[in-house]
Amino acid sequence: MKYTTRRAVGLGLTGLTALAAFFIVGMLALILLDVARNGARHLSWAFLTQPPSDGMMAGGIFPAIFGTAALTLLMTLAVMPVGVLTAVYLHEYAPPESRFARWVRVAVVNLAGVPSIVFGLFGLGFFILFVGGNLDRLLGYEEMHWAQPSILWASLTLAVLTLPVVIVSTEEALRAVPLEQRTASLALGATQSQTLARVVLPGALPGILTGAVLAISRGAGEVAPILFTGAAYFLPDLPTQLNSQFMHLGYHTYVMATQSPNVTEASGPLYATVLVLLALTFALNLVAVIIRTRTRRKAASAH
Amino acid sequence: MKSLLKPLLAVFLLALPAAAQAGTVTIKGSDTMVILGQRWAEAFMKKHPTIKVQVTGGGSGVGLAALQNGTTDIAMSSREMKKAESDKLRARYKAPPVQRSVAKDGVTFYVHQANPVSALTNEQLMKIYVGDITTWKQVGGADAPIVAYSRENSSGTYVFVKDMVLDGEDFAPAIQTLPGTAAVVNAVSKEKNSLGYGGAAYAEGIKELKVKKGNEEIAPSADNIKSGKYPLARDLFFYLRAEPTGDLKTFIDFALSPEGQAIVTQVGYFPVK
Amino acid sequence: MEQGLTHSVAAPRLSAAARRRQLREKAVAGFITLMAFTGIAALVLIIVFVAKEALTLFTDADARHEASLSKMFLPQEGRYPFRWQPVSDTPKVSMIPLFVGTLKITLVSMLVAVPMGIFSALFVAEFAPRRLRELLKPVIELLAGIPSVVLGFFALMVLSPMVKSLFHLDRPLNGTLAGLALALAIVPVIFTVSEDALTAVPRSYREASLALGATLWETAWKVVLPAAAPGILAACVLGFGRAIGETMIVLMASGNADLVSWNLGDSARSLSATIAAEMGEVVVGSPHYSLLFFIGVELFIFTFVLNMVASTWTKKVLQRLTGSAS
Repeated sequence: MKYTTRRAVGLGLTGLTALAAFFIVGMLALILLDVARNGARHLSWAFLTQPPSDGMMAGGIFPAIFGTAALTLLMTLAVMPVGVLTAVYLHEYAPPESRFARWVRVAVVNLAGVPSIVFGLFGLGFFILFVGGNLDRLLGYEEMHWAQPSILWASLTLAVLTLPVVIVSTEEALRAVPLEQRTASLALGATQSQTLARVVLPGALPGILTGAVLAISRGAGEVAPILFTGAAYFLPDLPTQLNSQFMHLGYHTYVMATQSPNVTEASGPLYATVLVLLALTFALNLVAVIIRTRTRRKAASAH
Repeated sequence: MKSLLKPLLAVFLLALPAAAQAGTVTIKGSDTMVILGQRWAEAFMKKHPTIKVQVTGGGSGVGLAALQNGTTDIAMSSREMKKAESDKLRARYKAPPVQRSVAKDGVTFYVHQANPVSALTNEQLMKIYVGDITTWKQVGGADAPIVAYSRENSSGTYVFVKDMVLDGEDFAPAIQTLPGTAAVVNAVSKEKNSLGYGGAAYAEGIKELKVKKGNEEIAPSADNIKSGKYPLARDLFFYLRAEPTGDLKTFIDFALSPEGQAIVTQVGYFPVK
Repeated sequence: MEQGLTHSVAAPRLSAAARRRQLREKAVAGFITLMAFTGIAALVLIIVFVAKEALTLFTDADARHEASLSKMFLPQEGRYPFRWQPVSDTPKVSMIPLFVGTLKITLVSMLVAVPMGIFSALFVAEFAPRRLRELLKPVIELLAGIPSVVLGFFALMVLSPMVKSLFHLDRPLNGTLAGLALALAIVPVIFTVSEDALTAVPRSYREASLALGATLWETAWKVVLPAAAPGILAACVLGFGRAIGETMIVLMASGNADLVSWNLGDSARSLSATIAAEMGEVVVGSPHYSLLFFIGVELFIFTFVLNMVASTWTKKVLQRLTGSAS
């Protein structure tokens, strides 16, 4: 075959790959446009700030927004220390060729692959029935107190789910901190933990924040793990205690899409709920992508 | 990082029991009844601002378990309590549980608006759902396959239809099961050969089927359901640990009052009184 | 880890303050190591506690009768050999319809997502101008940020009429629809991992190929792609694992009928959707409850095996590339 024909064939096939890439972008745009167009109509300040009324048809979704925020906040509090320190161990403390470190890595990779619904079962079996049940027995509650679905158990379940996200992005951030900074700090007489706290972690902060943001965005959108660990369809009060149940944007979307008796009337608030959920996770993802691109560029130029 | 853990631990230990406070009525159970419970709670709290009513779903089984554990005052259930459940309650509280039927649910079959079929007999419905009838032609409609929807087996409606319409037989494998009435209604409104069932619901594009009995075609209307003429109606229940007193009684009286029963109609169920 | 900060210099005599400092360092290191244990602990606890709730199936006489392994996996007497009807006078608990449903939906999604993911990764890694590449990569990755419940909702409301008329199907909710919606969820997974694998191929490969007179496409297709093949395979396996476990999309879009049918226009019931749909009302401790946990164990094992395979492959590609390039 002549070079020109080969080139033409190549260009055609290259066009095909471009088509695939733009098709994906197109689907993304389709989803966003559909949700934005239908959701914006029903979206208002009142919708964002009021509790629902009239069987979810009127009022707003404030409790669901609050519940999602509270849930992800608790989750972040739980997952960040553990995730960051695990990454610190893997990257800073583990002896080279450490078998333990290798096991941790294998566990983290596998944890990332466990289906979200299995996390839901785990939350029910471990946190609610085992930990909750034993807490109740130890603290002497006659009634179920901890051994029931609640925001605490749901957030801890999500914390386990998002652990790999935090570990992976923190490790990437630690890798971006130049070795010279560490050696300089150690050479000046700082101990390893001082170097970690004052040099390495501050240097890796943007990357660690990316991890937090990614974890939050993942946690805010997951529904399957909270189905049996704490989400509720309707609550008159905001969750004020760790053992309260909570409303959640994703769960609300699921229930509205499948359970509400008046389908036509429900589609307005339903689309608006999806829009809020999507806006939330997207904004978080966008922030993460921007920070990550920046740190990557910085890391690339540092080496 | 450790400093982050301390406040968390403090909050953890400070959290106090939430349920069973004075002036609070907690209701838990059937997802079919959550909206109804919520509407009652809303209207009730407007009239009695000092009493708080808290409604959560989770399913009939969840509600009944919570009643037994003492975490709820009222269990909403879309099915009658099973013997095992009432035995447990009796053993723990030394008294049989109290049952109040608070609304009626007419299980309705829907077809697409454009479907010429407007009534089916109980037997035809059964044959469709067990897989003996597969086209609309066999029941006097168009020559097209029947796309039949059912509810998930976790729903009280599923059990009701299985017992009352299918006579306890299994649904055919081709029957699709959807996780809620809205999902069924939505699917039926989009597909002209479909058939589905659920509670009374409204959507553009669907038609409620009448049930044929002899020569009579009975619509799932409020009158027919109240009089018991429509054969596919079931009670929705409140279960209590004992005869209600105080705030609890005020709330239940409200639910059964004309005002409360008017809410029942608004939500798409039917009054018991 | 290979930065070697752990080799502390041994000093012969230490002051009390120095010794305290050393002790504190040890304590910090110990604490951090302990924290690192959480990942392993979590994985172990997950399988232990999910399996624990499923164990009743094998210990309890009632459960053993109602849901024995033969009832789960072998054809049964009656009108239909394989049924999943756990709420019934005689519960039927065959896992076969669930396996078939899960596989059917997963295969459809893979059939779409694999070529889409790899092709778009090729475009972004090999052909796109730098500007476009830096725009496309994060945008496609954004797709991964859409919660699956939103994708399920989108499939239900928007895609289902489109898919039905496009493929002339009888039912609006079916395996094809669920598979396509699922493809939207796993395309970014396959794309990201493939793109990383492609970019990891050393420049020298491309330069050598181009210098020998190959076109850009030939270089990408016959040199870069094969070099990155294990990584791309790993991407597909990861996508497969994600597809098997995905819950909300399938629950909302597949129709959930317990059919044993490979017809793509038919409805399908998946393992994960079954857990999500039935767990809410089930009596705690009943055979049905244990069965749902048993499905969880199955899902865990499937994805665990797939993950191990994927990570082995990724390691292989790294070894091969670094081994032959340096």
